[in-house]
Amino acid sequence: MIETKQEVTIKFAGDSGDGMQLTGNLFTDNTALTGSDLATFPDFPAEIRAPAGTLAGVSGFQIHFGSKKIFTPGDQYDVLVAMNAAALKANLNNLKDRGTVIVNEEGFDSKNLRLAKYEDGENPIENDSLSDYELFKIPVTKLTKECLKDSGLGTKEQDRSKNMFVLGFILWRYSRSLDSVTTYLQKKFAKKPTLIDANLKVLKAGYHYGDTTETFTTSYEIKSAPLEKGTYRNITGGQALVYGLITASQKSGLPLFYGSYPITPASDVLHLLAAQKHFGVKTFQAEDEIAAVCAAIGASYGGNLGITGTSGPGLALKGEAMGLAMILELPLVILNIQRGGPSTGMPTKTEQADLLMAMYGRNGESPLPIIAAQSPADAFMTAYEACKIAIQHMTPVILLSDGYIANGAEPWKFPNAADIEKITVNFAAAKKANENGAQNGEAFLPYKRDENLVRKWAIPGTPGLGHRIGGLEKEYDTGNVSYDPDNHELMTKTRAEKIAKIANFLPEQKIDIGNEKGKILVLGWGSTFGVINAVVNTLIEEGHEVSSTHLRYLNPFPKNLEQLLNQFDKIIIPEINTGQLATLIKAQFLKEVVQFNKVRGLPISKIDLYQFIKEQL
Amino acid sequence: MTTTIANLKAKDFATDQDVRWCPGCGDYSILKQVQSVMAELGLNKDEVAVISGIGCSSRFPYYMETYGMHSIHGRAPAVVSGLKLANPDLNIWMITGDGDGLSIGGNHMLHILRRNFNVNMLLFNNQIYGLTKGQYSPTSEVHKNTKSTPMGSIDYPVNPLSFAMGANASFIARSMDRDPKHLKEMLKRSQAHQGTALLEIYQNCNIFNDGAFFAFTDKATKSDTALFLQQGEPLVFGAENDKGVLLDGYKPTIVSLKDAQFSKDDLWMHDEQDMFKAQILTRFFDEPNADDPQYFPRPFGVIYQTNRATYEAQHKDQIEQAVTQKGSGDLNALIRGGSVWEIG
Ligand code: SF4
Repeated sequence: MIETKQEVTIKFAGDSGDGMQLTGNLFTDNTALTGSDLATFPDFPAEIRAPAGTLAGVSGFQIHFGSKKIFTPGDQYDVLVAMNAAALKANLNNLKDRGTVIVNEEGFDSKNLRLAKYEDGENPIENDSLSDYELFKIPVTKLTKECLKDSGLGTKEQDRSKNMFVLGFILWRYSRSLDSVTTYLQKKFAKKPTLIDANLKVLKAGYHYGDTTETFTTSYEIKSAPLEKGTYRNITGGQALVYGLITASQKSGLPLFYGSYPITPASDVLHLLAAQKHFGVKTFQAEDEIAAVCAAIGASYGGNLGITGTSGPGLALKGEAMGLAMILELPLVILNIQRGGPSTGMPTKTEQADLLMAMYGRNGESPLPIIAAQSPADAFMTAYEACKIAIQHMTPVILLSDGYIANGAEPWKFPNAADIEKITVNFAAAKKANENGAQNGEAFLPYKRDENLVRKWAIPGTPGLGHRIGGLEKEYDTGNVSYDPDNHELMTKTRAEKIAKIANFLPEQKIDIGNEKGKILVLGWGSTFGVINAVVNTLIEEGHEVSSTHLRYLNPFPKNLEQLLNQFDKIIIPEINTGQLATLIKAQFLKEVVQFNKVRGLPISKIDLYQFIKEQL
Repeated sequence: MTTTIANLKAKDFATDQDVRWCPGCGDYSILKQVQSVMAELGLNKDEVAVISGIGCSSRFPYYMETYGMHSIHGRAPAVVSGLKLANPDLNIWMITGDGDGLSIGGNHMLHILRRNFNVNMLLFNNQIYGLTKGQYSPTSEVHKNTKSTPMGSIDYPVNPLSFAMGANASFIARSMDRDPKHLKEMLKRSQAHQGTALLEIYQNCNIFNDGAFFAFTDKATKSDTALFLQQGEPLVFGAENDKGVLLDGYKPTIVSLKDAQFSKDDLWMHDEQDMFKAQILTRFFDEPNADDPQYFPRPFGVIYQTNRATYEAQHKDQIEQAVTQKGSGDLNALIRGGSVWEIG
């Protein structure tokens, strides 16, 4: 019997060595091909090599898919796949009431139970502690080994294939084809045909297990979602960000230079860019965060698109150099993939608590544009725009993302490269020397500005433009060192006005869902986009007068923001911090706002936000 | 590619800005020698970039009629690294000091040396913090009385050139502000070297640390305290060239050439290419004491030089290799990725 469902959330959980990320990713690709909408989120252990079988070693992958628009990877799951006792223990609390648990029986032997810190003699899959759930026990390890006994593979290799059994089973359960996984295995093990055969055999065994075992009477089907017409791919926030940067590089004709120092969760940007050298991408793993940003500044001075990336603690270290780039008025993009803070905080957990540091975390008056991605796919345009603003306004730009966006994935209706606008670059033109070797015309003024207060980019090596720049205050136009009080005030105001004028180039803020005026406006930024949309949609369906809007541009704000906010009786700002956007809105518009703040290292849950807004109605 | 220009004068490399070092500061001499060496070598000022950190010496770029950046404290090596990767053809001169390069920027110094970008790095060592008005620096001798160490400093000084050897630098040399001829020669050697050329320049800060290096420049002591290295020549010093350095295995000893026991042929012959000998030479680092018969004189000249691929060349090679292997990046293919599906 095949039952149709609207949406399902599955959590794959196992030991770090159990291959749950791969299982999740392969299931995601397979799901995408069915046309369902989806959102995923991997949940890595904080320790790299936590002992096998322990709670600290549990690795998970969550996917939420459905035949309607999917905004988040889901608060709670319908199905929990647990490869061992620790995986069950670590994840059971987010399983829905009457949800389904699928376990690998061999993962619940006495050793695994002890490592997962179950009481002596207690086995959750044998006693009736799971009686409120639908429990399926499958001897995955045994069946996998059985399947591979003649394969010639060693015990370890056999054991490693057990995730394919689980994947096969889940694919059966959701009425899928095995094609995408088969293609993957054939490509991945092209040079090791025995491994293709072995993995396919186990995959199919898992699939047929569902079909032939009488325990499983029902499989499910989720129809395609009413997504906009077009061609889609699945993309993670990390990939989208990197592709956006490369697109900006190609569209501006500026070689991309990326200086970075390894830091969770930003290292993937470095890895992904290092793999794209054939786009002329220059990556530089610097000796520390400060060197990373300074190298990017050097590269920008040399006419490249200088980019540096980090996470919170690294942004703190880069502060002085960002101030330098700001006063030099050179393009620079600073990526901050935020994580739980303060200090080292919670590196693998998500938070959006660096907004005020991005806004104010430098000495002196040093305003910088700030732009934030709101979902994995959205990171593409956010990255492209950050580069565009940096290049066209000769300023460092801070791009805020977070661990949740970077590691999450969703379907993306990707653009055609040719349709993406070119980025024009305003280089200062060379000056020719006359026969006597002297320069023609007037002296070059490195800090002369256009109507948007933007100076020209003069690249070392250009004939006749020799000039000196530095971190000392500059004289208006000439850029010579100046301690003149009036000049300092003029320069301070000019630099601030230059950033403020960027608002003239930004699109107006629009209401995402709901009416243009009314009782409640939910205002968000960054990775809360999904949850806000999901909740506001539900509330509107229930007949409530709620709207939402999400900010991409956090400094300067879109010009119409104040007016837009004024159309509502109440502004609710949900954030994964203690109220940072709220602080900015209150300060800038002298406006009352209602804050909804969570700092648990986790995305805001739908149910929490839903209840909060309901109480405010 | 770099071009050369004939008939340049030192003043072609001077800006219209007033030079603001204290009168009598050793920096003036260094500025002058750099400008005249650039003119003599016919460098095209459009292709020269002078990059500095923070400190008295780091004001240097403002006085050079080239491209230049006065960056932030200690970080010039990082700025230089990015600039060189962006534009490998630029002729980059990095200016730093003992505080900038060995204290706040010690980390970056280590890494630029091992990476071997093709740049000239002038380390103005005056063994004091000048710009902040006279605190002891990482190269100050121990027991130094300064405003921040009224009872004398207790930090043991760093040996910059030994440090550089440890960082696998490909070119190490030492000179001083008061010997323009030698300084110019060393500047030219630095410029000729393909790789990071570290030239330590002893520079007198006549305001806060006057005479720190007089033992090496003063006529009365100089010949006994300083050892001028020449490739292939024996290590000889002393007022009448009467002292030499002998290598007994790897143990250096000072010998007298006065009696017939040792001749110049017995002495250590200088070989810039010999890393082990260079390590020993950088260890000639005692407080100058002309009266001590076993005092090892401070070496000046090129201590070590080796040829090894520059960072920027290898970096460029990898990009070219990637293009050969995968073809120039196709943006559409990148955005589209592996598997796609249609809706509608
Ligand atoms: S303080 Fe010393 S180093 Fe600085 S400019 Fe004056 S004399 Fe030169």
